[in-house]
Amino acid sequence: MNENIEFKLNHKPVQWSGDGERMLLWVLRTDLGLTGAKYGCGKGICGACTVLINKKALRSCQVPLKEIHGKEVITIEGLAQNGQLHPLQKAFIEKGALQCGFCTPGMILSAYRLLMEKPVPTEEDILQGMNDVLCRCGAHQRIVQAIQSAAIELRSPR
Amino acid sequence: MEKERTRTTYPENEGDSSLLSRRQFLKGLGGGIFILFSYGEVAESQQPGTQAPVDFNAILNIREDGRVSCYTGKIEMGQGIVTSLAQMLAEELDVPLGSVDMVMGDTDLCPWDMGTFGSRSTKHFGPTLREAAAEARALLIQLAAEHLKLPENRLSTRQGAVFNKENEKNRVSYATLTKGKRIEKRLERKPSLKPVSNFTVSGKPANRKDALEKVTGKAQFTGDIRLPGMLYARILRPPAHGARLKRVDTGAAQAVKDVQVIRDGDLIAVLHSHPDKAEKALARIKSEFEVPTSEVNERTIFEHLLKVAPEGTVVQQAGDIEKGRGLAKMRLDGTYLTRYVAHAPIETHTAVVNVEKNKVTVYASTQRPFRAKEEVAEALAVPARNVRVITPYVGGGFGGKSWNRQVVEAARLSKLAARPVQVMWSREEEFFYDTFQPAAIVKISSGLDDTNRIVFWEYHVYFAGERSSQLFYDVPHILTVPHGSWSGGAGVHPFQTGTWRAPGSNSNTFGRESHIDLMAVHAGIDPLTFRLNHLKDRRMRRLLEAAAQQFGWKSLKRPISRGEGVACGDYLGTYVAVMAEVDVDKKTGKVQVKRVVICQDIGQVINPEGAKMQMEGCVMMGLGYTLSEEIHFDGGQINDRNYDTYEIPRFSGLPKIETVLIENPEMPPQGGGEPAIICTGAVIANAIYDAIGVRLFELPMTSDRIMKAMTKK
Ligand code: FES
Ligand code: FES
Repeated sequence: MNENIEFKLNHKPVQWSGDGERMLLWVLRTDLGLTGAKYGCGKGICGACTVLINKKALRSCQVPLKEIHGKEVITIEGLAQNGQLHPLQKAFIEKGALQCGFCTPGMILSAYRLLMEKPVPTEEDILQGMNDVLCRCGAHQRIVQAIQSAAIELRSPR
Repeated sequence: MEKERTRTTYPENEGDSSLLSRRQFLKGLGGGIFILFSYGEVAESQQPGTQAPVDFNAILNIREDGRVSCYTGKIEMGQGIVTSLAQMLAEELDVPLGSVDMVMGDTDLCPWDMGTFGSRSTKHFGPTLREAAAEARALLIQLAAEHLKLPENRLSTRQGAVFNKENEKNRVSYATLTKGKRIEKRLERKPSLKPVSNFTVSGKPANRKDALEKVTGKAQFTGDIRLPGMLYARILRPPAHGARLKRVDTGAAQAVKDVQVIRDGDLIAVLHSHPDKAEKALARIKSEFEVPTSEVNERTIFEHLLKVAPEGTVVQQAGDIEKGRGLAKMRLDGTYLTRYVAHAPIETHTAVVNVEKNKVTVYASTQRPFRAKEEVAEALAVPARNVRVITPYVGGGFGGKSWNRQVVEAARLSKLAARPVQVMWSREEEFFYDTFQPAAIVKISSGLDDTNRIVFWEYHVYFAGERSSQLFYDVPHILTVPHGSWSGGAGVHPFQTGTWRAPGSNSNTFGRESHIDLMAVHAGIDPLTFRLNHLKDRRMRRLLEAAAQQFGWKSLKRPISRGEGVACGDYLGTYVAVMAEVDVDKKTGKVQVKRVVICQDIGQVINPEGAKMQMEGCVMMGLGYTLSEEIHFDGGQINDRNYDTYEIPRFSGLPKIETVLIENPEMPPQGGGEPAIICTGAVIANAIYDAIGVRLFELPMTSDRIMKAMTKK
């Protein structure tokens, strides 16, 4: 029961054929060679597998491939464009908002969505908006700072 | 064993086997200048069975093209040493940071290393690396003196070149000096180092070498390694530790297209070129296990531990404890309990192994690559020299990745499948096979005399081990007795326990610092003043005073409903003092930690930003075992198998964390990856007491436990 699924992945069209019940995380990591989205819990709890689907931050371990037909997927590998880091990526580096870096792709993409919804986030907005993304190294305080500083850069006219 | 040791300690003897292996080892590394050095792990490397050259633990190589490589068996798991070590090296050698390559955790390229734990990297490795770099720099100046025909004292170095101090244009690059040369030198003397105040590269966080890869998804962790023909394995697991397989039917799994089922004794696995398909096939295996019944569970565990506890060894004794008891006007006893806590790194234990003829290549998320090498050699019955372990970035370790079970599993499966095999534990497997921080008990009996001084302190700790058990307060009559270590032993814990960030110290510090607070309350003295009254140690006094200043501590007798607490502690030479402010919702028992001030004296500070990041991480992680984390279990059955019921700290629990590093230039750098976690239990317990007037004697202090403690009162 192969299904043909077409979607955009990191700004390029992809045609994929296979079992549409398979979860996007594993298709990304094995079939499509993009290992930026991580496995952390497999149950939609930790957020390490977060990707953007039509600009919504979703947990790819819970998204069957058939649901992304016709949609646009962006993984951490596709966030920087034309060799330009996204302000969030820059801010994570500058603020030291990562330790082991395993949660980082999910953190950055979750923050991306948060800043779309709340371009001028309060600290409380960030704490709440990021609450379901887990970091075991305890980089939280710097992640909050990184998101705040990226928010400022995103708002400033370029 | 003793004989083995003496036999292999002479590196310079002709014909010595270690010298031969050193030659072989270095042959593969090309030309240039080599400085071989060791950092206090040599003794441990001389145990029988270790394969590496035994007289050095790391190599610094200035290559013929002027680039610099450092080969070390240490690994990067988030503590930032891939950068901080490179910075120290660049600093001392006077080369641009960008020309330094850190080659880490590769057992073929790096000399033997014990492992990355116990905050050893900064304490033992860093200073020696700087010395090696200084030695190399001196050597380069020597070579340049010949080359430029100038006396050495007229030369200086900058940016990978030696130059004439009076005429900077008269210069020669390191590359020119090393071209066509091969100089091997052991670090013997202690060259003088640059003063920390002159540093220009070290401690700049924006320079982190791994950060760019980590924010773009390019960083490779073990699970990201892809080898041609690689299969993903999922393994059949028992429902409980100690369970025995009675019956198994793999027929339905075997029927799945392209699936390979492997059985090797108790190891039953399903392999497929897609991990999710292997997972699905695994679910089709029918199995039946015999689960032994056990009386040991969450409710009986402490009773059980006390029953099986060994005699104990005295590690500290002062005065005469009986005499001290006699002098006491008020006697206070307390029992402090801590429960099993998981490491729970977001990256689960992962390994990729490719067994070929005469060659085994291993990629592993491990804190101990050289141990993994031995384990694989043993499991496959191949010579260890045929095994190469490569350690990609590790996604958090905290002591838990010192055990390599997944590596051995992948190795066995790769051999049987004759293909490269990846084993990446599921979150459920990670919780099942974790080597937990052990449940432990601290029993303290102490007394105050009529001037409110502590006159005796009798301390027993069960199964946390001795680290941080010794009293640093000024008390005349002391007896400290640890019973059993954190590893437990047969019949102690229903599952495996092991080293967990600052092993032993979390339980010991919770016990001691809670009890000191309890005594302060009974003495009617402010807990900070009470501590200072009993402290001669100048380092600790200074730290507490710094914390008080930063926090704005008011010397008041507690409780005063402000929710403020203090605690301090020591861990392998590093001192910590913490103050915290909490809010307790009396209706629900929920604790919100609002602010944490943490001060640390780690001796000389090489990389302040790095040290602060570790301190912040420690505070956050510490709040987990303090407020919410505990493994629920029934005998060998682990009931928390994912992050839903096992709650690690989240953003909503983030306090305002203020870190203060106390300069202590006279003291060599101490470890900073662990100590800042040890006081968390006590500082929060003391703050909760101040908030609601109720003391908790057990971690984690969940809302349930707090509500119960309040009703009891
Ligand atoms: S792996 Fe998908 S949410 Fe954890
Ligand atoms: S940085 Fe390690 S899990 Fe977040």
